[in-house]
Amino acid sequence: MDYAKKGDWVRIHSIVLTPDQRAAQVPEDTKRVPLEMWTKGFLIADEAKIGDTVTVETYIGRKASGNLIEINPYFEHDFGKCIPELLYIGRQLRGILEGGERIE
Amino acid sequence: MNNDISYDAVMARKKDIMKQAVGIDYDEFETGGIAFDYERMMRETGYSLQEMQEIQRETGVGNTPILELKNLTKLARQLAPKGKGARIFIKDEASNPSGSFKARRAAISVYHAKKLGYKGVIAATSGNYGAGVASQAAMRGLKCIIVQECYDSRGIGQPEIIEKARKCEALGAEVAQLSVGPELFYTFLRMLEDTGYFNASLYTPFGIAGVETLGYEIAMQFREREGRDPDVVVATNAGGGNLTGTARGLIKAGALNTQIVGASVNLKGLHMASDKQFNRKSFTTGHTGFGIPFATWPDRSDVPRSAGRPLRYLDRYVTVNQGEVFYITEALAQIEGIERGPAGNTSLAAAFSIAQELDQDKIVLVQETEYTGAGKHIQPQLTFARENGIQIIIGNPEEEIPGENIILPEHPGLIKAKDIDLNKLRKSYIKNCIDITNVTSFTNEDVKFLAEDSKSNTEFVIDTLKELGIRV
Repeated sequence: MDYAKKGDWVRIHSIVLTPDQRAAQVPEDTKRVPLEMWTKGFLIADEAKIGDTVTVETYIGRKASGNLIEINPYFEHDFGKCIPELLYIGRQLRGILEGGERIE
Repeated sequence: MNNDISYDAVMARKKDIMKQAVGIDYDEFETGGIAFDYERMMRETGYSLQEMQEIQRETGVGNTPILELKNLTKLARQLAPKGKGARIFIKDEASNPSGSFKARRAAISVYHAKKLGYKGVIAATSGNYGAGVASQAAMRGLKCIIVQECYDSRGIGQPEIIEKARKCEALGAEVAQLSVGPELFYTFLRMLEDTGYFNASLYTPFGIAGVETLGYEIAMQFREREGRDPDVVVATNAGGGNLTGTARGLIKAGALNTQIVGASVNLKGLHMASDKQFNRKSFTTGHTGFGIPFATWPDRSDVPRSAGRPLRYLDRYVTVNQGEVFYITEALAQIEGIERGPAGNTSLAAAFSIAQELDQDKIVLVQETEYTGAGKHIQPQLTFARENGIQIIIGNPEEEIPGENIILPEHPGLIKAKDIDLNKLRKSYIKNCIDITNVTSFTNEDVKFLAEDSKSNTEFVIDTLKELGIRV
């Protein structure tokens, strides 16, 4: 679905400051890139497609503008992948607590 | 609303915007170039401890349980010299409605905003405080905006920060996510100006005093349970509010002999405002990147005078490494049956080490935990680290290089809290006062203030000023 219609929950992106507008104290690598902002809201226009500049009404009713980048945005973070390096910890600790080891 | 929204124009309006958004005239408490009347500010702009307890009770904040960590204590005793190994306790702040002690700070700020008639609140935070403000705002029927630093220029963000955004949204807040940079403050000011909402800053007297109930509860709960105060309270230190509030609450309870220890994760060498280094740190809070700059210059915050002044209260300040905190987080789950987020366990890693220095009849309390879950768990955090080229090694934590590797201690006996020289921090704070305020001569009042603010004495301050070539 590349088109959003009025009232759809969407994610927008905007440039807050271009590299030349950034604060003087910012480190070099940060100064080379713009300050960007992402926010979400309900589409106000009747229809818009990904990449269009749109205005949305945020969840609390504020207006915000930016480029439409996602329709019905969702979170993808999770519990990560298996980290085999962690697996010794519980076993090691139980071993020590069960009396296997005494360090003085 | 003013139309000039250029960076410089908005920053130049900072003072007016803040006055409007906080409702405190900070000028009233200024007494000199450097000195200001901290205690009067806390007294006159805030609430009494009893009032705060009532405000927090209304929204289910506080009165969190204290849990004794018997297995970690047993482990510490097996590793410690004979007769050593203090009892380790934890104050389970994850039991607050938003999942961390930050609900305490938010409770007072949001209550105050409502009382003054503001329609909404805004907070600039990537951390648990956002969830606290969003939760309290929902309960009190105010609108809420959270502004967070979230992504690097590739659009990649730490799972922990993204989880906190999710939580804020789940609690009905609008979340504005920004890329790396201190100009978050500029965006924050524009939103305050645009909405007329209350600045629920972490550093107002409300934000700090709200934590006093935590320190007070600790003393009261221990007196009831053990008949005495804890010997050592370890607080994770970032912006300083957690430590300041806890210490003030303990003092208000009369627990004057309890030693206050701050603990931060050592992130030496990583620049906080660097786009490239942003995602090379595996701790988003509770680290030295906040802990040291805020301790040595508390007024760098988003209000004219910060109410969080950790140096005033610190008896000792230690660092632990990232791998040690991840290890202790896993240990807490595996042998104590309590799964909590890593950031809150910074102080637990330090406490585990400190307990081994103390006699067995002593008590060490870790004063906070935080909720965990997807994103905010050691597994996604280590997955993220690995995907960003950080090596994960099992070995000696002493060899950890922040931003390059994370070293999980191959044995719990290798977990060692490292002391930071407090006198160095005190001197650095005094030097910052001079550099930033451009004051060239000092009054007796300034000297007295600096002595209080750095928990030293007038002799120490005068000697430091002389070393810096300042006339007193």
